[in-house]
Amino acid sequence: MAISRNLGNPAPQAPRRSLINDPNARAVFFQILVLGGVALLGWYLVTNVLENLARQNIATGFSFLDREASFAIGESLIAYSPANSYSHALLVGFLNTIKVAVLGIVLATILGTIIGIARLSSNFLVAKLASAFVEIVRNIPVLLQLFFWYAVIGESLPNPRQALNPIPGVFLSNRGMKIPALADDPIWIWVGLSILVAIVGVWFLARWARKRQEATGQQFPIVLASIGVLIAVPLLTWLAGGAPTALDVPELQGFNFRGGSNMSPEFAALLVGLTVYTSSFIAEIVRSGIRAVNWGQTEAASALGLHRGTILRLVVLPQALRIIVPPTTSQYLNLTKNSSLAVAIGYPDLVSVANTTLNQTGQAIEAVAIMMTVYLTISLGISLFMNWYNKHIALVER
Amino acid sequence: MADNLSIQGHATVSDSPSPAEMVKPPALALGPLGWVRANLFNNWFNSILTILILWLAYKVIPPLLDWLVFNSVLPGEGVTNQTCRASGGACWAFIHEKYRLILFGLYPYEEQWRPILVVLLIIGLLGLSCNRNFWRPWLLGVWAAGGIVVATLMWGGILGLPFVPNTLWGGLPLTLILSVVGLVVAFPLSIMLALGRRSDLPIVKSLCVTYIELIRGVPLITVLFMASVMFPLFLPTGVTIDKLLRAQIGLILFASAYLAEVIRGGLQAIPKGQYEAADSLGLSYWQKTGKIILPQALSITIPPLVNTFIGFFKDTSLVIIIGLFDLMSASKAALTDPAWRGFYKESYMFVAFIYFIFCFFMSKYSQWLEVQLHRGHKR
Amino acid sequence: MSDTNRTVAPRPGDEVAIELSDVHKWYGEFHVLKGINLSVARGERIVICGPSGSGKSTLIRCINRLEEHQRGKIVVDGVELTNNLKNIDAVRRDVGMVFQHFNLFPHLTVLENCTLAPIWVRKMPKAQAEEIAMKYLKRVRIPDQANKYPGQLSGGQQQRVAIARSLCMSPKVMLFDEPTSALDPEMIKEVLDVMIGLANEGMTMICVTHEMGFARTVANRVIFMDRGEIVEQNEPLEFFNNPQSERTKLFLSQILAH
Repeated sequence: MAISRNLGNPAPQAPRRSLINDPNARAVFFQILVLGGVALLGWYLVTNVLENLARQNIATGFSFLDREASFAIGESLIAYSPANSYSHALLVGFLNTIKVAVLGIVLATILGTIIGIARLSSNFLVAKLASAFVEIVRNIPVLLQLFFWYAVIGESLPNPRQALNPIPGVFLSNRGMKIPALADDPIWIWVGLSILVAIVGVWFLARWARKRQEATGQQFPIVLASIGVLIAVPLLTWLAGGAPTALDVPELQGFNFRGGSNMSPEFAALLVGLTVYTSSFIAEIVRSGIRAVNWGQTEAASALGLHRGTILRLVVLPQALRIIVPPTTSQYLNLTKNSSLAVAIGYPDLVSVANTTLNQTGQAIEAVAIMMTVYLTISLGISLFMNWYNKHIALVER
Repeated sequence: MADNLSIQGHATVSDSPSPAEMVKPPALALGPLGWVRANLFNNWFNSILTILILWLAYKVIPPLLDWLVFNSVLPGEGVTNQTCRASGGACWAFIHEKYRLILFGLYPYEEQWRPILVVLLIIGLLGLSCNRNFWRPWLLGVWAAGGIVVATLMWGGILGLPFVPNTLWGGLPLTLILSVVGLVVAFPLSIMLALGRRSDLPIVKSLCVTYIELIRGVPLITVLFMASVMFPLFLPTGVTIDKLLRAQIGLILFASAYLAEVIRGGLQAIPKGQYEAADSLGLSYWQKTGKIILPQALSITIPPLVNTFIGFFKDTSLVIIIGLFDLMSASKAALTDPAWRGFYKESYMFVAFIYFIFCFFMSKYSQWLEVQLHRGHKR
Repeated sequence: MSDTNRTVAPRPGDEVAIELSDVHKWYGEFHVLKGINLSVARGERIVICGPSGSGKSTLIRCINRLEEHQRGKIVVDGVELTNNLKNIDAVRRDVGMVFQHFNLFPHLTVLENCTLAPIWVRKMPKAQAEEIAMKYLKRVRIPDQANKYPGQLSGGQQQRVAIARSLCMSPKVMLFDEPTSALDPEMIKEVLDVMIGLANEGMTMICVTHEMGFARTVANRVIFMDRGEIVEQNEPLEFFNNPQSERTKLFLSQILAH
């Protein structure tokens, strides 16, 4: 075709395409169209918002953050009073979110791992029980589960006067769980520091053990030794400090408890609900991760004479973790996002505090923007970590 | 060579079935006893676990059965909340008293045959769509017709049906409508988002990526807050937007981002050769996408799509937080009757059971379908 | 067969390396091994063949207790295999095994694959383990791949690494479970060459394989198994030229036909 056309054209030129048929021109045109559409929609929405806000006399901007919040927050990790600003209140909410998310992640990981392994158990009862747990928990909305746990605590537990006392010093009532706190004593700070020292020590111990094994082949019971160090160092510090045993034990005074530290019913319900729900998903991830490691790997390692514990530590776990960690992180993210359901049972998390702020100030856009930004930042942080981790551990294949 | 082997020269042959064939396996390896040994007591750790579980079952199951069955209060003549409070068992009379409120919300009592029909219709449509032989264009027509019937039944106002405003809708039909309509509208949106994310056009791609990651990075509740408090501000002065519609739009925005990621997974799984083959046939982008790529991508994504739908179905329960009267809120509303306070276990169990039935069967279906599709691909 | 290529190796003597007497195994109701009696002398090289499902893999997997036999007695190097973990460990340390699908550890480099067991089981210093590993990697002719991961190697290379990995434990017996059946044809030779080299050094070997050429050149004895029994065993020449049993004849005609 091209040849026949060239025959008629003694001086061949690059064939001129009309702009409509040029794929690049089409691409540019189409993108300008899309961008224009989005911009137009944005402009339309923003004008409407500005008009509506002007009509309702609501000032835009974040200046309301400095105003006095004047609402109380049930529990807080930092000092807070209604006289503090909205920004301070939001910080309290954020810290409460982090508190329940971190604890929930730790507990859900432990519970999920146990249940995931239980589903693989050769014990028929254990495996079926774990499967039933997973099936039931996964198929019921987490919000319903939160309501259930909240009701169990709030309605089924007795009032403080008849509080359950399963272990001396621990009281369960519809006002939450009371546990003894350590009485004020400077030694506890030192014990805390000594735990940090012990952790660092264990790290060095592990390094030394590895170096020594590389050099001489001698093995060192590092797991047992680490546990020993982690227990012994704080214990010795505590003994050196005179072994104070004074506890701030909760006591019933009037209609409620005094002293001790408290876990509010809202926090407890949220923590239990999120932990149970997320653990069922983590269990499935752990199960499939372990199953994904070929049985031949274990056989080859046993044929080499390695022991079960060593096989698990050096062969199975490193491979299973590659499969388990990425989806587990996204479950961590889900748990953090689900912690926003706190608003339904009255735990003062970020969304709950921001919602109160919204209702008091009418700053809908700003409040929603704050909530979304915070969660987006957390999500982005976790995804960045995930990308790094995936690159770090990717198996080298050709 | 080999001459000092004992077998040298004469081969050992055993052609006839040896007496060994008659040997039975050790008795303990077979039969019910063998099963118990192999599955419950195969080592000391499992033996301890088995005994522990049996002991727990002994401690838990009888009281649970007492509560659920033997001591429970069934609806009947003269059974009141007092009867329930007096007995130690579950109060099924409470469910009997309130089930219409829980299932249908504030929908006018004598018109509740309409939401019943709607629920049956939606379940029927879902059931019909489960059959792979019906995955034909006419199914879309059936769904469209079903949608019209559902709308007619719920709203009424014609055919002699009294008009029921959607502020009175509630319970199970509302949950089903929110999730099914959400899915149906979000689906085409999510296909566009997924295609956009895989597009070569940088602006289109970055817009889609931003949207998907933005929505997936925030909790559903914030999207619902946005829908409920910010949408009214987005509209020109004087135009109002219904609460139900706002929630529905919020759910659609949310679902489309998640569905888009599932569909993107399907698109990525299509071998490059399919794209190349389509290009070599001279198909345009839309022909290639619509006739070659999407049909394959969608059929392999159906199991994960069902799983996403299960999550979405559970997530619709969050509309309680912005004040809609779905199944979840109806179960809580039933508990606010002063006469029947405190029967939350019964109420929540009833609702949990409904959610469970739907989700369980959908997830089993998705697992079954996965096996079916997998088999189809191997052939 | 001639003695010329067997210079260093001891001749198969009377010393018994492995002794199986009346070994039975069941999978549920299914009788996989029906009273196997087999005695393997030190330095002896045995090839086991037979149709699939005849129990030949199960048999050699019983020898290092990857499978548990339910009746009878297995003695490896004077140690009887029972539920005693100490005995199992002792046997596994001295018996190397090469699998059909290599089973290299994909998260460790070739060198780490080889040093794992010497370090953790033989309690060897790392440097010494690496030295030994390099020696055997040279023996299987892939020392240059030591720092690569298994995923970067071809099937034949992977199987050679697997052999080197077993050799690093200086085993007294090597078990091969269809070592070449997962390989592409052009890679089979490189693995068989390594195995022939091992045989020439006098390693006691039990090899489940359908490589009849290998059996002819290397084996002292060929065993034919069918339906969980040893049907026939003989020295290779006799076995191939003058099979006694009908089942053997049928099997040989099928396997040599193509």
